[in-house]
Amino acid sequence: MYTKEEAQALLKKVLSYSKADECEVGLNFRMGGNIRTAQNAVSTAGETDTTNIFVSSTFGKKTGSASINEFDDASLEKVVRRSEELAQLAPENPEHMPLLGPATFKPSATWNADTAAMTPDTRAELIAQSMKATKEAGLVQAGFLENSSGGAAVMNSKGLFAYNKSSDVTFSVTTRNDAGTISGYAARGFTDIKKLDTYGATKIATMKANASKDAKAIEPGKYTVILEPTAGAYMLENMFRFDARSAEEGRSFLSKKGGTRLGDQLMDEKVTIYSDPFDPDLPSATWDRDGLPLEKTYWIEKGVVKNLSYSRYWAEKKGVKPVPGPSNIIMQGGNTSLEEMIASTERGILVSRLWYIRMVDQQSLLLTGLTRDGTFYIENGKIKYPVKNFRFNESPVIMLNNVEALGKPERAISVESYRSYMIPPMKVRDFTFSSLSDAV
Amino acid sequence: MKRRDFIYLSGLGAGAMMLPDLSAFGKSINAQDLLAPIDAKAKKALADVALNAARSAGASYADVRIGRYLSQFVATREQRVQNVSNSESFGVGIRVIANGCWGFAATNDVTKEGMAKTAARAVAVAKANAKIGGKPVELAPQKGYGEVSWKAPIEKNAFEVPIKEKVELLLAANAIATKGGANFVNSAIAMINEQKYFASTDGSYIDQDIHRISPNFQVTRIDPDTREFQSQPSLSSPMGMGYEYLTPLASEKVTGVVTRYKQRYDMLEDIKQATVNAGEKLKARSVEPGKYDLVLDPSHLWLTIHESVGHPTELDRVLGYEANFAGTSFVSLDKLNSKSFKYGSEHVNIHADKLQKGSLGAVGYDDEGVKCGEWEIIKDGVLVNLQAIRDQAKMIGLNQSQGCCYADSWDSVQFQRMPNVSLKPGKNPLSQEDMIKNVEKGIFIVNNGSFSIDQQRYNFQFGGQLFYEIKNGKIVGQINDVAYQANTREFWNSCAAVCDERDYRLGGSFSDGKGQPQQVSAVSHGSATARFNGVNVINTKRRIG
Repeated sequence: MYTKEEAQALLKKVLSYSKADECEVGLNFRMGGNIRTAQNAVSTAGETDTTNIFVSSTFGKKTGSASINEFDDASLEKVVRRSEELAQLAPENPEHMPLLGPATFKPSATWNADTAAMTPDTRAELIAQSMKATKEAGLVQAGFLENSSGGAAVMNSKGLFAYNKSSDVTFSVTTRNDAGTISGYAARGFTDIKKLDTYGATKIATMKANASKDAKAIEPGKYTVILEPTAGAYMLENMFRFDARSAEEGRSFLSKKGGTRLGDQLMDEKVTIYSDPFDPDLPSATWDRDGLPLEKTYWIEKGVVKNLSYSRYWAEKKGVKPVPGPSNIIMQGGNTSLEEMIASTERGILVSRLWYIRMVDQQSLLLTGLTRDGTFYIENGKIKYPVKNFRFNESPVIMLNNVEALGKPERAISVESYRSYMIPPMKVRDFTFSSLSDAV
Repeated sequence: MKRRDFIYLSGLGAGAMMLPDLSAFGKSINAQDLLAPIDAKAKKALADVALNAARSAGASYADVRIGRYLSQFVATREQRVQNVSNSESFGVGIRVIANGCWGFAATNDVTKEGMAKTAARAVAVAKANAKIGGKPVELAPQKGYGEVSWKAPIEKNAFEVPIKEKVELLLAANAIATKGGANFVNSAIAMINEQKYFASTDGSYIDQDIHRISPNFQVTRIDPDTREFQSQPSLSSPMGMGYEYLTPLASEKVTGVVTRYKQRYDMLEDIKQATVNAGEKLKARSVEPGKYDLVLDPSHLWLTIHESVGHPTELDRVLGYEANFAGTSFVSLDKLNSKSFKYGSEHVNIHADKLQKGSLGAVGYDDEGVKCGEWEIIKDGVLVNLQAIRDQAKMIGLNQSQGCCYADSWDSVQFQRMPNVSLKPGKNPLSQEDMIKNVEKGIFIVNNGSFSIDQQRYNFQFGGQLFYEIKNGKIVGQINDVAYQANTREFWNSCAAVCDERDYRLGGSFSDGKGQPQQVSAVSHGSATARFNGVNVINTKRRIG
């Protein structure tokens, strides 16, 4: 791990070799470990440690980039020379933007020393706790625990320097019986390892598994659904690209005849989505890849498209201020608990997890995917019985027009990208299930 | 499962993502360095250090993979070059069995000292994991091959072709699209060379040289009146070939309502017709949902084969090893052992082939030193075999592995990955035209679009790129907003005919995802055009705002 001072000294040395008009040097470092389980045993475990120096040299509008993972003086000079040679060979980039000068960035809250100090033993102990819960329930688990600590620093020939370090841990577990006729799932992610209770999370997965016994088939169709945050995060992340350029070019769900949907009431007024690098539950770095400071930014406010992100090039072309893209995503919630959502539902489906979501139509953001690992029928305010899984065809934009109630946002992991978001439980009407699946 | 499209979140988790994650691709290097292989003798000497160190530390088995992964990527947009990059990732992964348990460690310190230390680390991990318990690992026996090598049978190393030539091809393609009315066009060529050296305590020292290439583009047209847009990707396939794939050859073309390609690809011709097709698709009528007989071109069917046969017949999924992520399978050992599980109709003959010419998954030996070959998975519609690696072979009654082990990098642990899994062509003469002549109400689907399947591979939904309506034996024009849904077994049992070998082509994926942490693999799937009767088609048109 590099401290701010160590990173600064290293990058300064690399920059000193530059002969280009402009030069940007960066440092990425990451240490991490993981442990995977299947059939109530460890199946694989590993550790990684990577560090890279990245150099970008520009002559006029010609830029070349190179990287290296050797840190002796000769290697550092070699990577600078290589980027300069590549710059001389490169075609001019008409979208080249000059580097930014010095700036002050607020400190981030992304670092946690306890998480960074995790060892193979702490990982093994957390998995042992999880297995305890599985075995107590008489079930079989497959799970994955991963922690990483790392950071990035950037320095350029205009005097800009930025540094950030971060640490995270994620855990997920699927519990099934030997016959494979029931299944439950739980996933957790934190900056602070002390918040991770693998035993508690696994208990929830075992309870869901046992409750999913003898799932019944019911007709697909439009249902009121209650999406737990793990399901909602995976559904919505396909929408979290609020890019002005693609919208203005006419190839985004945020395009419309005559321009973009900026300022339009696109969703229910209960929907507010923003990014905030200072959120204590989901902190992010406070600067972006261009060296712009990151601040709290509303993308959707009370259902209205409030901001689009503008790269520095596109902002200059359009005569507006650059707006960095989202550094994290937080969807504002409401005061309705999951229990209250269930209690207020006459006929609906509780969805624990979604799976294999893919884009069907870019224009409408129509997605298809399936429910998985805990799907339950609700009738007259109560969970009546588990149901077989459904395939859905739905757009997150249409879905967010049909929001009936929101709960308190929780940090939730998307089950495929492994990114974390703050997403509330959502009660949504007219969610389109198009067919049934026999999968458990 | 194909790895999902990258969801771009500018600056998300910026602490680690502000700069390109070069660790995923390796470090950038000069183009000439891509052509300088490492001497096999030097690799053998290093591998022996690791094997001896592992044995001394208490390993009962060890294998060493010294991997050098080279890639070149050239990308353009309209008239400009967006990116040219050469990268290299070099290091060693050491896997051991100690106290009956697997252990793994990797390093980019490929020196004698680095090898010895890493081997000791791998043994320590195995011993630590052994304390948690579980059944001891039992490997299928594998003879040592001594010092052997295997090279992909390419004709023209893509890394030897000057970047200028590649840039000129892509910009020429973009110019054709723009001239033809495209509003936007992106094009790229990705090239990969895996130089893999495997050694094990069984006595194998295997040096392999593997090449892959993926030329592709995307053309977008926007209707100025409605502001609706349609994009068309290339009809190329990623291939286990050299640059010869980009040399057009008339004999490798399949003509018809749209030209498709076998083992040679004409990018300039393809982008011209894609630009026209995108314009026609903007005006195409939306499909009426209902039951249709589907005629599926190999450029589309490969993905259906991949998802609904390739993945469910992976033994590690059957056993539950992917239960937390990619899922398990509806296939069970009971179904296999019954020797009568009807997976599809009698037209369905599906085999695995690790040596298939031009395929992405072609290797001489897998990543645990097993010599590769071919075997049947579905014979005349009946499930007859699965895909296994050394520590699973015994479970399906095999006395040796089928060579399905692969790791996507030297620092990834190898595990069970899909071989090339393909539908064999029909035995009786049948052309695509003859097949369409017999369809009353159907849709001919070309190229793959969206794809999704449940975690046990029962229920799937597939889109496509080009949809041609068939009425009374004739193609009558493009339609739009088509996706079909089916249950895997019902779908394959509805297979009514497969064209003969004249129509056989490969499709495939450069980046099939599986495992935690997720790894990717490249795999091809061949077929001739096939017909499936009475499949449920849905309309995917929606409006927002």
